[in-house]
Amino acid sequence: MYQFIAGPLVWIAFAVLIVGSMYRIISMLFQAKKDKVVYPYMSLRFSLRSLIHWFVPFAGVNMRRQPEMTVVTFAFHICLICTPIFLLPHNILIYRAWGISWWTLPKGVADVMTLIVVITSLIFLLRRVTSPVVKYVTSPSDYVLLAIAAAPFVTGFLAYHHVLPYKTMSVLHILSGVVMLAAIPFTRLSHMLFFVFTRSYMGSEFGAVRSSKDW
Amino acid sequence: MGEPAENAVVDPGLDEQIKKLTSEKIEGVITKVLTEETAARLDVYMRTCVHCGLCAEACHYCLSHDKDPRFSPVGKVKQTLWEILRRKGKVEPEFIRECARIAFTECNVCRRCSMYCPFGIDIAYLLLVVRRICSLLGVVPQYLQDTVNSHAVTSNQMWVKQDEWIDTLQWQEEDTQDEIKDARIPLDKEGAEIMYSVIGPEPKFLAQLLGNIAFIMNVAGIDWTMPSFDGWDNSNMAMYSGDCESRARIERTHDEAAFKLKVKKIVMGECGHAFRGAVYDGPKGLGWKEPPVPLIHAIQFYYELIRDGKVKIVKKFEGPVTVQDPCNVVRGRGLGKMLRYIMRAVCEDFRDVSPRFEHNYCCGAGGGVINCGPSWKSARVKGNSVKAEQLKATGAKVIITPCHNCHSGIEDIINYYKLGMHVKFFSEILVNAMEIPEELKV
Repeated sequence: MYQFIAGPLVWIAFAVLIVGSMYRIISMLFQAKKDKVVYPYMSLRFSLRSLIHWFVPFAGVNMRRQPEMTVVTFAFHICLICTPIFLLPHNILIYRAWGISWWTLPKGVADVMTLIVVITSLIFLLRRVTSPVVKYVTSPSDYVLLAIAAAPFVTGFLAYHHVLPYKTMSVLHILSGVVMLAAIPFTRLSHMLFFVFTRSYMGSEFGAVRSSKDW
Repeated sequence: MGEPAENAVVDPGLDEQIKKLTSEKIEGVITKVLTEETAARLDVYMRTCVHCGLCAEACHYCLSHDKDPRFSPVGKVKQTLWEILRRKGKVEPEFIRECARIAFTECNVCRRCSMYCPFGIDIAYLLLVVRRICSLLGVVPQYLQDTVNSHAVTSNQMWVKQDEWIDTLQWQEEDTQDEIKDARIPLDKEGAEIMYSVIGPEPKFLAQLLGNIAFIMNVAGIDWTMPSFDGWDNSNMAMYSGDCESRARIERTHDEAAFKLKVKKIVMGECGHAFRGAVYDGPKGLGWKEPPVPLIHAIQFYYELIRDGKVKIVKKFEGPVTVQDPCNVVRGRGLGKMLRYIMRAVCEDFRDVSPRFEHNYCCGAGGGVINCGPSWKSARVKGNSVKAEQLKATGAKVIITPCHNCHSGIEDIINYYKLGMHVKFFSEILVNAMEIPEELKV
């Protein structure tokens, strides 16, 4: 069982992620033809101008108006993406499979980054429950998505530090990672794929058509 | 929170019209809009929104209602489109009424929220999709629908007949001749440099604005003309009612007037929504990326006249004065700097607003909201207390609004919040500030 979970299942998850994402992006590109305004207005220059302003912390007005959210959001997303990619144990697995590896995070740093994901997830949860504006538009799926994103970090941390039985925790860790990877193309976690496109389109419309800024 | 007071508003365009709906009809229209008329944008926007609520900060309705979540941009989408999609169009007539109330009277489609959403979701577009559904179902606030009916019948917004239009222009021409020697409003002059177009309400009840432009054009020595025939009205309420077919027809009539007169460009009066219709939202529906005839807003026209010295300012406007950045020309076309240039050129004591430029708050009247009629006025004015606070903070006594909707909307706000200010169009202060050359003096 463990062999299957740690082996083929992980490859299946990656396959779902990659094929699913390609399917979603390609079908969006075809659909965008039907939406007649999209292609004519798209502009590389204004797309990049907008993306840069939204990728740099505090570059936009709303980010400055809500500094706590800006810090939390950037910390969450940076740690969520970088930690698994640059984690030493993950790199060892990849090295064993393909014989390649890359730069890895020192142990202490990886621990802190994992905890940052867990803590910022809790802050998001708290915000969902307490802020009336957010609470009003929260559905059960929002909690599920947050749980899907946080679970691999919680289980990974517990497994690594042997807080709970290692074998069980590592199985749970792999399973939660599998769920997250496979969920990305088919849930609202797909903002990871679409963010660049939605922002680029709005940046293009604001820049090329409206001669104004969208941040 | 209790029942929102706006629910009590009686509007036959909604109340009577929903009685004619059946569930099959509703489902049919929704399916048609969702499958035939929308595509990637709607789909991706709905899948990308993570319900973070950061757009709430953008909306003047939400800010003015103490951040009541029902008024946040995403909250409005939740109450309308999310439900429609979740129930696959199987919704009741009463729900359509709710959709119409929210989409037509609680959102100015000003697009400020697109600048606050981290993903750049065009929430105004989503609300326009809701309006489209309501329009196809015949559920549109009565006053707004009446302006669209007028467009369809008369090619102008205010049921103005051709003889009334020509008569008004001649009356204003005569009035201008009292101040400027041999002033003319040239009608149907083929090959003129500029065609000047206005919105229907100008001849209907703001005729002095036509006199103002005649004054400015004659002093500046511009080769201009106005059409005596259909196409003189550049407004387009169908763009806001969701009647895309009429929207396209209206824009084409306006463009064709310019083609017939073989003018080099069109200059539009001080109106924001008409500019949105003629310059960027209208041409799309006709397959043009940019307008087929070059077209500039009055702000840019005044800017060029002052910059090039065609109009000389001799007596600046006195007293503290501030400005409204109309969404459709500033957020919509980046004319904020030119607006400030002309304000400073003509006013002694210009007090800028904050927030400003593309971050300015909508007047609350735009996007067809004021056209929904008097029964919705109270909700509209109460939904924009932030505008009152913003204007009050400038300490100005006069507000220049280079847009008709802003003009009326801000006047309502001033009266309701007792700000003791006055609203003026830019042309009103320009005609008093500019020099009349000796040879033109009567």
